[in-house]
Amino acid sequence: MKLLYVVTAGLLILSALADRGKTYQALKVAWKRFAKIFPSFLTMLIFVSILTYLVPNELIVRYLGGAGNWVGLALASLFGSITLMPGFIAFPLSGLLLKQGVSYMTISAFTTTLMMVGVLTFPVEQKYFGTRAAFLRNLASLLVAVVVALCIGIVYGEVF
Amino acid sequence: MKLNKVLIPAFLLAVSASYLVGFEPGQEVGRNLFTFFLDMAKVLPCAFILIGLFETWVKSETVEKIMGDATGFKGYLSAILLAATTVGGVYVAFPVAYSLRQKGASLVNIFIYLGASAIVRIPMTTFEASFLGLKFTLIRLVVSLPLVIVSSILLGSYFEKRVRFLPL
Repeated sequence: MKLLYVVTAGLLILSALADRGKTYQALKVAWKRFAKIFPSFLTMLIFVSILTYLVPNELIVRYLGGAGNWVGLALASLFGSITLMPGFIAFPLSGLLLKQGVSYMTISAFTTTLMMVGVLTFPVEQKYFGTRAAFLRNLASLLVAVVVALCIGIVYGEVF
Repeated sequence: MKLNKVLIPAFLLAVSASYLVGFEPGQEVGRNLFTFFLDMAKVLPCAFILIGLFETWVKSETVEKIMGDATGFKGYLSAILLAATTVGGVYVAFPVAYSLRQKGASLVNIFIYLGASAIVRIPMTTFEASFLGLKFTLIRLVVSLPLVIVSSILLGSYFEKRVRFLPL
């Protein structure tokens, strides 16, 4: 994370040394892009924080912990798709699921859909790329996540 | 846009009111928002400054040469490498992808970038391996990357010349 700040500051200084006007232009572009999308980001975060309250981690652990392979796969994909959480919450939670005896296949479905499929990020994605592209990308990602989960399940000897 | 204008003030008002009257669920939602907001705020300013620098300094021809149409495998690899070094979540990947597209990256490579940024980001991958084991992470990478590439090629060729990018 520190590296990001160092790189950004370094490039900004370099840019300013090379061409003041262009750097000013770059900052203007940065601000314009940011200001346009920020309300959508904030709306997304509002939904995320409400959903995190409605679907707390304990609930996810309880449901996934008690489910068999196939129900687990379906539930995990569902939870992963509708929720959104930063890695520093998602992976400790996955570690916890593992300790609770949840299968690798289920966990894989959960983490992969969490990262690749976004119901809550859909409005933002739609703004950038249009409805159809956003929809099909999410659908394709869901399929990829399920196939990956099945492969994980096979390698760990959990299915077939 | 209209929804945002109503929802954001209404939400903030509801959270503030929850604190005033001690409504616990409202307070928790407020705390959630604060946590997620902080996580995003740490990355966003840098991300957008870098996007600004990218858009003003990097020529379209350069992007076209590396990630444009008919760059084939080199384009895929560039998209994946860029994704691996992306920090933050989709809220960084989307605007980056958008700028890349504006600069002439092919749709296939945009889809690869978006998919890969969800599964191969280096900080995230190391974190994942520490909780779920290296074996898990490796299998996931080996299986998901080719799938992302194949699905992106399918999606990209379907959308080429068809998708409309909204002027942001």
